[in-house]
Amino acid sequence: MELTYGPEYDDFRAEVRNFCAVEGKRNKFGAMKMGEARPNQLAVDWQGKLIEAGYTARTIPKEYGGFGAKPDIIKSLIISEEFVKTGTRGGIQNQGISMLVPTLIEVGTEEQRQKYIKPTINGEMIWAQGYSEPGSGSDLASLKTKAVVDGDMFVINGQKIWTSSAQFADMCFILVRTEPDEAKHHGISYLLMSMDDPGIDVRPLVTMTGEAFFNEMFLTDVKTPVTSIVGKRGEGWRIANVTLKYERGMIGGSGGSSTGIRGLADMMHTETLSGVRAIDLPVYRDRLLKLQGRALANKYHGLRLLSNDINKTGTAVEGLIIKLSATYLAHDIYALAVDVMGEFGTLYDDSIYKRQKDWMKQYIGSFMGIIGGGTSQIQKNVISERGLGLPREPLVKYDQNGWDLLKK
Amino acid sequence: MRFGLSEEQTMLGDMLNKYLEAESSLDVIRESCDNTPHHNEKIWSGLLAQGAHTILIPEEYGGAGLSMLHSETVSEVLGKHIAPVSYLSNAVLSPLAITLAASDSQKELLLPGLASGDVSYGIGLTDAIVNRENTNLEITNGKVNGVSTFVIGGQTADKLILGKPGTLLLVDSNAEGVTIKPMITVDKTRDFAVVTLENAPCEVLGKEGSAAQAMQKLLNAGRISIAADTMGAADAMFNQALEYSKERFQFDRPIGSFQSIKHIFAEMVTELEPCRSLLWYAAHAFDEIEDEATLLACHSKAHIAEVAKTIGRATTELHGGMGFTDLLGLHFWFKRIEVNRQLLGGPEIQRHFAAVVQGWAPEAITAA
Repeated sequence: MELTYGPEYDDFRAEVRNFCAVEGKRNKFGAMKMGEARPNQLAVDWQGKLIEAGYTARTIPKEYGGFGAKPDIIKSLIISEEFVKTGTRGGIQNQGISMLVPTLIEVGTEEQRQKYIKPTINGEMIWAQGYSEPGSGSDLASLKTKAVVDGDMFVINGQKIWTSSAQFADMCFILVRTEPDEAKHHGISYLLMSMDDPGIDVRPLVTMTGEAFFNEMFLTDVKTPVTSIVGKRGEGWRIANVTLKYERGMIGGSGGSSTGIRGLADMMHTETLSGVRAIDLPVYRDRLLKLQGRALANKYHGLRLLSNDINKTGTAVEGLIIKLSATYLAHDIYALAVDVMGEFGTLYDDSIYKRQKDWMKQYIGSFMGIIGGGTSQIQKNVISERGLGLPREPLVKYDQNGWDLLKK
Repeated sequence: MRFGLSEEQTMLGDMLNKYLEAESSLDVIRESCDNTPHHNEKIWSGLLAQGAHTILIPEEYGGAGLSMLHSETVSEVLGKHIAPVSYLSNAVLSPLAITLAASDSQKELLLPGLASGDVSYGIGLTDAIVNRENTNLEITNGKVNGVSTFVIGGQTADKLILGKPGTLLLVDSNAEGVTIKPMITVDKTRDFAVVTLENAPCEVLGKEGSAAQAMQKLLNAGRISIAADTMGAADAMFNQALEYSKERFQFDRPIGSFQSIKHIFAEMVTELEPCRSLLWYAAHAFDEIEDEATLLACHSKAHIAEVAKTIGRATTELHGGMGFTDLLGLHFWFKRIEVNRQLLGGPEIQRHFAAVVQGWAPEAITAA
């Protein structure tokens, strides 16, 4: 067990710490949730400073506007540790930066990289993700939105759902069916399109939290140049999986649960029931301790995964389990918070009675993690098939009208 | 940065695993379960030959002077093979009790016998944690009266270390006034005894009432070792069920192709793998980070017991009717996990201690 990063990183840590102390102080502005709105000018300016210093877009090559450092997990970790420790605001996080940019670097054309990466990482170009459809959720590859070539343009028709950021995005990376005669996984293409096209109709999708981070997107004769395809025609599914790989990493992170436990424990020290602090009531306390045990297991598992990355050790299953485990844990942490507060935990308005945190909203909101980026049930398929080598369910076709199996 | 076992620790585990694969077959285990005491001398002598019992004994007393992470590795492998040996009493708790609580002269006298493997020990801490039978040990003028329950490895011991809150004392098994009777648990792979003392000559390790701190550390070692044993046993049940679900055909399909079954495996592995990470860190904290040691030890004992309970149930169930038979033998692992769960305090007790150490609960159940 060796938990230090080695003396060769001391200088780097000092450099980051100094940056946070000097620049971080000058740039105190409110946190902005992902997907809420376009980054404002302050955020864009700060982003520029971070890229220049190498604390965001760190490994993006210089010619595409990044910092151009060699990948070094420990350095990335030190950056995030120091930023968190000093309360310094990190770089902009959005789907363009975390999903599209790595995908373009991996499979995009040189022209696409030149055109899109720089403004995206700068925070000036915002991307929506056009994947899910009303009839294609877990079975994404069955998607029906189609694109046909007309001259030097793709013409797109169909409907997307869960398109976050679409209400203010400049561009969209979208999956469409271009080869209707091919098998479903081989008929899809990955296109980039402008959100300015008049054929795009974006309608907000209000979720059970009462907010509308997501949208429905209706596409009628939307046009995008044939050169805007990423990869070849029919390769979209493979390319989408490159992108999804990055999304799973985004949703799965295990650091959040320790913070959640700390917040919950703090609340239980102040919330009283007939004069007794919740923490002093063993029925609630034991539930807190149970969750703390799970959170600690996840926390150290996170260290083990990091070590696997650095030392090229470990097995696939160790990483595949993270999303399933972290998202349920978050849900259970917020659930206990609501229970501790009883009726007051159900308040969705704080004008008369204030509570420390909007636990109910977080409790409801935790479904976003459980369902987004592949539901827990899909995760279980992935874990058992790719992680444990269990056989797939045999594919059968049902008659949707009468539950009968269709003979081939 | 490297989280987890070193190459040397991994090799230690692999070596032991090979040894037990050969020597601790299900047939051998059945035989040990039918015998009393259950402790298998042949397997134990092989472990002695490999020096597994000296890991936690300081070098100056003839031990290897290694870490809890080494010992945890051994415990996990022993749990995987449900080895019927008294490693916990002879190699973990007794050497540590002496190292942590005894005077220098006692250490010089006692530790070399443990290191050579010539003197075997049983240890009873159960009543010092939660006293359920009002079994107080009263010491007067070098004589002890009282009862100690669930003395680990008691039947095969030459010497006994018995705990009461704040004090650890040493008794000779053969001394006058010492009666040792087996306590038969559902797990026939380990030995527990009830020791009754009537004016039996005894020796306090260190001074009377001075062992509270030593006891805390000792319990942490016990918690981690038992958690590791459970980890190994749960992992073994998981793997056996996984293999079975790939081979067993029903409805013309391997049962592991049904999502109802695959999803149980996904849920199990999602719980189980982080347990190993928790365990490694708990052992590391025991070795290096005193402030976190008790919190991590308590949580690893509690959390791994909970996860293993689910795995014990699910893997038995996944074998269908066969899972319920003696023929398959899976029940030996199930029972080992169940006894480990209660041994030195069940999950609720551990979580209570975890709360106490964080200042979240007012008092411990005992003065230990």
